[in-house]
Amino acid sequence: MCGIAGIIYRNGDGHEQVGRDMTRMLQAMKHRGPDSTGYALYRPDAEGYVMHVKLSESNGHQDFEFAERVNRQRGEIEARVRSIGARVHSVDTSAAHAMTLTFDHDGDLKELADYVEDIRGAEVLSLGRSLEIVKDLGDADTVAADYGLNDFIGTHAIGHARMATESDVDIANAHPYWAYPFPDVAVVHNGQLTNYHQWRRRLERAGHRFQSDCDSEIIAVYLAELMAKGESLEDSMRRSLHELDGVFTYICVTEDALGVAKDELGAKPLVLYESDDIVALASEEIAIRKVVDREIETYDPYEGAVMVWTT
Amino acid sequence: MDNLSATYDARGLVELDGTIPKISEIDGERAVLDARELSTRKINAELRWLLYEQGIKDVTVLNPGARHSLGTGILTRCRLTFEGSLGYFGVGLIDGPEIQINGRVGWSVAENMMSGVVVIESNAGSLAGAALRGGDLVVKGQVGARTGIDQKGGTILVLGDAGSMTGFMLQRGRQIICGDVGPGLGDSMYDGTIYVGGTVASLGIDCVEGEWTDADTELIERKFRIYGLGAPPELKKFVCGKKLYNYDNLEPSERKLVL
Repeated sequence: MCGIAGIIYRNGDGHEQVGRDMTRMLQAMKHRGPDSTGYALYRPDAEGYVMHVKLSESNGHQDFEFAERVNRQRGEIEARVRSIGARVHSVDTSAAHAMTLTFDHDGDLKELADYVEDIRGAEVLSLGRSLEIVKDLGDADTVAADYGLNDFIGTHAIGHARMATESDVDIANAHPYWAYPFPDVAVVHNGQLTNYHQWRRRLERAGHRFQSDCDSEIIAVYLAELMAKGESLEDSMRRSLHELDGVFTYICVTEDALGVAKDELGAKPLVLYESDDIVALASEEIAIRKVVDREIETYDPYEGAVMVWTT
Repeated sequence: MDNLSATYDARGLVELDGTIPKISEIDGERAVLDARELSTRKINAELRWLLYEQGIKDVTVLNPGARHSLGTGILTRCRLTFEGSLGYFGVGLIDGPEIQINGRVGWSVAENMMSGVVVIESNAGSLAGAALRGGDLVVKGQVGARTGIDQKGGTILVLGDAGSMTGFMLQRGRQIICGDVGPGLGDSMYDGTIYVGGTVASLGIDCVEGEWTDADTELIERKFRIYGLGAPPELKKFVCGKKLYNYDNLEPSERKLVL
């Protein structure tokens, strides 16, 4: 089933409480997916790049060397980022099995991400100037508290409450997906894609790599590849309606835009609220009402709808 | 007011102790319920208590807050007003009430209604009036996809546009869509009638244009008069072509049995 949500402030100065908003929206839709929760949050240009890396997971409660292993990994990741020529500004190791690095880098980002991922168990969750992806098991309140997301100030955000149907309950399979290695593109998806293997093989032949076995990941890479070739977000999403099979409502975000697409059967729900200063969309109106607490005029976009808003 | 003994539930779905709040302001046969602080289950329990045990005939629910499954399973004649929007599965499985919703509704409103009237002032989501059996469902805004899927009776009246596959698998009953409809109108319908005022993106399998009769005019005018909707627009009529299914024909295995 899964619940997806997105919020974008249109006239803000980039200092909106999107983290808190997203937690409220996702917590209201907990019944749609209690397995895991994920956020993709955007702030106005941070200094340099921000990279979130997931570290290896514990092998059960008798994994006595876990803490030491994770610490070794943290050191190794930082050393590799430095050795490839990046100028590291800060390293945050407060989360239990993830770490955040901010750095400047003039070289190839794919090369850097590949080098970090080469460490056993390490996965780059997001990399970009303004994008931060956080995902973990549990509901929105738990994840927000663990990662301090309710204090996040930014311009727009998307989120996902997951009920696993096509792949494992696992952080790697949780949404949102970053379009590796394209900076600042992320996707959340509600539905199932039936030509996933076809697209995965196609994109893998083109040199892309995938972090998980989840069908939704191809949407992110698919869109980012089209955009890297110069197509706009809206055109790429329109094309996806014909090239991706299955049922879907997905939200794609870039540095300065938020777009939503619905398949041509209208099989998955989406409720949309638009006003002069805010656009909020979610699988259920009850989520929007947690952010805009009054009677509002909302509607369901029709099948095959593609809509894009910019900050 | 309520003593919830269970405070933790891993799925966050169940309230293990369902006491009736009994907080409505009752005035003769009328009652007003402010639902702001109540859960879905408590709102529905309170409605049942008012309608079945207190003999109330007219209930107004304030602050429904787009919650799901409100006002479901009401099986008595009464008048219900929701001052605000409902979420999914609103007022489903009802038999008898006259319901006014001053807001929007999500998916599957008035699903499986047996009789009664549901009037929605704003938009409705997909699957409005799914498996409708009787009564009238009036939506003054637009509706989503698959309106009246599997409808077996009653009337659905929409003043705005409708999405794809409107009247999918319609078996009996009528739909009056005043605006435009999406692709696949009346796909796989068995029987029943769909009237469309605007453009039809495409017809579904075995849906054909029907011949207009005086009975159609009478029906449309009567429904518009009842709900005070003014003069009806120019409508086209669509019915089942009866080519897709073999009506009254026996399956080969059944034919053998008869012989």
